[in-house]
Amino acid sequence: MDKKRLEKSCDVVVVGAGHAGCEAALAAARLGLETVMFTVSVDSIALMPCNPNIGGSSKGHLVRELDALGGEMGKNIDKTFIQSKMLNKSKGPAVHSLRAQADKQAYSTEMRKTLENQERLTIREGEVTRLLAENGEIKGVELYSGAVYWCGAVILCTGTYLKARCIYGDVSNATGPNGLKAANYLTDSLKELGIEIFRFKTGTPARIAGNTIDYSKMEEQFGDERVVPFSFSTDPEDVQIEQKSCWLTYTNEKTHEIIRNNLDRSPLYSGVIEGTGPRYCPSIEDKVVRFADKSRHQVFIEPEGLYTNEMYIGGMSSSLPEDVQDAMYHSVPGLENAKIVKNAYAIEYDCINPRQLYPTLEFKKIKGLFSAGQFNGSSGYEEAAAQGLIAGINAAMKLKGREMMILDRSEAYIGVLIDDLVTKENHEPYRMMTSRAEYRLLLRQDNADLRLRKKGYEAGLIDEETYQGILKKEKAIEDEIKRTEHASVGGTPQVQKLLEEKGSTPLKSGTTVAELIRRPELTYEDLAPVDAGRPELPWDVKQQVEIHLKYEGYIKRQMKQVEQFKKLEAKKIPEALDYEQVGSLRIEARQKLEAFRPVSIGQASRISGVSPADISVLLVYLEQYGKKHGSGRDETKSCEQ
Amino acid sequence: MGTTIAAISTAMSASGIGIVRMSGPEAMDIISSIYRSKNGKKKIKEVKSHTIHYGYIYNGDEIVDEVLVMVMKAPGTYTGEDTVEIDCHGGVYAMKRVLETVLKNGARIAEPGEFTKRAFLSGRLDLSQAEAVMDVIQAKSSAALKSSVEQLKGSVLRAVKEIRSVLIYHIAYIESALDDPEHISLEGYPEELDKVVEEEYEKTEKLLKSADDGRMIQEGIKTVILGKPNAGKSSLLNFLVGEDRAIVTDIAGTTRDTLEEYISLHGISLRIIDTAGIRETEDVVEKIGVGKAKKMAEGADLLLYVVDSSTPLDENDGEIMELLSGRKSIVIYNKTDLEAVADIAELKEKTGSPVIPVSVVEETGIEELEHTIRDMFFQGEISFDNEVYITNARHKAALEEALESLDMVKNSIHAGMSEDFFSIDLMNAYESLGKIIGESVGEDLVNEIFSRFCVGK
Repeated sequence: MDKKRLEKSCDVVVVGAGHAGCEAALAAARLGLETVMFTVSVDSIALMPCNPNIGGSSKGHLVRELDALGGEMGKNIDKTFIQSKMLNKSKGPAVHSLRAQADKQAYSTEMRKTLENQERLTIREGEVTRLLAENGEIKGVELYSGAVYWCGAVILCTGTYLKARCIYGDVSNATGPNGLKAANYLTDSLKELGIEIFRFKTGTPARIAGNTIDYSKMEEQFGDERVVPFSFSTDPEDVQIEQKSCWLTYTNEKTHEIIRNNLDRSPLYSGVIEGTGPRYCPSIEDKVVRFADKSRHQVFIEPEGLYTNEMYIGGMSSSLPEDVQDAMYHSVPGLENAKIVKNAYAIEYDCINPRQLYPTLEFKKIKGLFSAGQFNGSSGYEEAAAQGLIAGINAAMKLKGREMMILDRSEAYIGVLIDDLVTKENHEPYRMMTSRAEYRLLLRQDNADLRLRKKGYEAGLIDEETYQGILKKEKAIEDEIKRTEHASVGGTPQVQKLLEEKGSTPLKSGTTVAELIRRPELTYEDLAPVDAGRPELPWDVKQQVEIHLKYEGYIKRQMKQVEQFKKLEAKKIPEALDYEQVGSLRIEARQKLEAFRPVSIGQASRISGVSPADISVLLVYLEQYGKKHGSGRDETKSCEQ
Repeated sequence: MGTTIAAISTAMSASGIGIVRMSGPEAMDIISSIYRSKNGKKKIKEVKSHTIHYGYIYNGDEIVDEVLVMVMKAPGTYTGEDTVEIDCHGGVYAMKRVLETVLKNGARIAEPGEFTKRAFLSGRLDLSQAEAVMDVIQAKSSAALKSSVEQLKGSVLRAVKEIRSVLIYHIAYIESALDDPEHISLEGYPEELDKVVEEEYEKTEKLLKSADDGRMIQEGIKTVILGKPNAGKSSLLNFLVGEDRAIVTDIAGTTRDTLEEYISLHGISLRIIDTAGIRETEDVVEKIGVGKAKKMAEGADLLLYVVDSSTPLDENDGEIMELLSGRKSIVIYNKTDLEAVADIAELKEKTGSPVIPVSVVEETGIEELEHTIRDMFFQGEISFDNEVYITNARHKAALEEALESLDMVKNSIHAGMSEDFFSIDLMNAYESLGKIIGESVGEDLVNEIFSRFCVGK
């Protein structure tokens, strides 16, 4: 065939310009690679088609971690938020989590600006229809126009666009979110390459005209008085802005009755929708059915931005017919006369079984092909961005011949997220939750920089100065902890008076400043007047000293758990291992391990259907294998090619 | 390898001495914290390698046993690590206590074949030797994990599962509230949890006590009662147990399944299993019973063959006597209150076992039976299964860990810590208990959250 077509070459192709695509493209370009990012619509870059916020419980952690590694989401939301709140403040520091309401338009525009100004990054409108691979290695992509882009790595971040369908009642539109063009060809190309496809579903509530809402029937929800920025690089003074409010109202029995009476008209129950939806982000009809004993559900009214009247009706996503939606929303106090701007709808889309990926987010079957975001079966902007960053970094590492980045479950929520996706059986969109992180006392949002800046620096996304800053901070924390452990405090009248004021027991004998900080009712700041040798320290150093001292016992216990965990993670399984040769494995376990090919004993132990007994059999076999093959057991590399 | 392992390395029987062996980097620290010489002055850590020392093992201030301790320092040992052997009094109880003390002080119980595995890893065995050993270990380690769960009594399994399900419910509740603070309230929850933890603490403590008495696992001399239908097997069991446990009728073939009881004969614990009578049968249910009886007999420590003395021996008896060959057994010549027809000389000759005339109805001969069993035990002819004790020690260690974690939860509640701190130790307790029943954690938590709680963004 000698058809004329446009042909170009670059290092990395990113398919999709959502939250995963943006991070992936920025990371690859920042790491020195010529990168082309394709999108079906340049005007939909960093679009937030569902809720208007970034962060929230555990998702906030993801954004902080992403920022520490050198990602963009944190910086972008700091520039465009209109309300910010630290959630769970009455709880321990491990579960404090930031959530900010975004001005959607501004968020999108700011991100686009950053991308446009990034060296080596090209934004290109067009639909990728085919992947070009040869002998299990990616070579490039083909577009709907017939153009071909040759490259060394491809990162798929197609979000909810593959064969997308938006549905409410008996209305079904073959479009992506917000009526944008769907991508209808790539799925077939993936299938041809032997990639297993899932079909997932998610949904979004209606948008309502703000000036038709009666706020007097709702509770006003304010932002924090003192806002903490998402990014470790943002000056806290820059985010003390005037904030917009959100509003809280509730559904009632009437709402539920309307829903129940029309369930037979829901495409979910009539079988029109085939995809699997998320249990944790249920539609209102789902909630009414599953939690039949609840007489009301919360409804959050959130602004979509500063320059729009539209309000997002959080907690009431639905795919019921238009007329039912109309009645249902109007039954909620404050929405009696509200005018609907956009209907709620469910969206169905193709994604992959993420267990076909290595923890590097590279496909096991096709070298150089990476993927991230909702395409991998996750849900949420933050989950997508976090994966996008890792995929972007690893595509770059791969092309540079460097070791790829894998964060484990004890290092970051991002590690938990990716490990869960690529290891566990997952039949619905995956959402990050605090409860999924076993070692969350160590994975706090306040110490994400201490945990991950160094990794970002090693990858090349964090500059020298920032890195030196972290080393300095580490040292300052260590020194101050040591100092307080040795700074003695006697039972002087001044000390006893201070303790009394704070409702703390007076001293019977001398103690140290550290001991006093450990008392639940006292803070580091409280003790300033009686701590003569205290140096001037930045607030974030003081914060770390206080957390470290106060929760030392718990932190130590958690570190012990991590030690156990690390032992199994460090035991790598050679890529060439033939499970047929491992005697005494149960058949089910053998099949799962064979199909799955875990990289470490730790990962193997998390595969469902592999029992502790199977793991011990495998461990014993590996000891033997290591001896025979003369390789150090713990150093066997398995996923670097 | 890091950890220090310990195990009883002699057979669990009533005779001779018993050896508790320990290997690993902490072996010397552990022995020096539990060993005291007669005058209390000897520092066992500083003695020369490959020497033997007389003294006592202490658990705190309490003497556990009078012992000889053999100290062998790395690298000139079987495992290549510091190794300590404690020769204690051979009794089952003494060995168990010494092992428990060692475990309490930082060693963990060795997996089957683990000493050999370490020997291999330290290069003490060559590859061909090692490969042979490894095959055995592979087969054994999976079998051991399985059996440690199978040895649990049904009631214990249920109790552990119940405690775990309460814990996971509360872990899930806390986690849901943290993931969705705007929907799930934790007000007044610490007080509620305090009560719950207290209850579960008590239940766990009870389990630990039962482990102390050895009531947690199915231990004891595995004694299987065999015989033709209606020979009086169930009547014998009932008599020994002292209550109507098995259903007794005069219809042949009444016991179709196997029944189990635990009795203590002069301090020796017997796990007695009654079986269906063995005969050619067409009845399907009964057939299964018979197959089971034969299987049981194969794994038994002691067989009690009950013969109805009032009926002549037949081919069914022949089959049973075949099962007896090569095993420790006692023939019970039952129903001596009736006219004796069965050939007592033939029984003696073919089984080579003592034959004891008994009448369950008239309660004669039972004492002689008890004496015979006791003599066999003390002469070392019959013994316990080692695995069972090791399992029990492992369970105890796990229960103690669970109690410690639950205690920390209580401390956190009383110190007014916020709820997210509770789950660290609740999870530790849950995991420790999971070790007993061989269940791993992970997915069940997430599933629990989904099934019970409504989580929004």
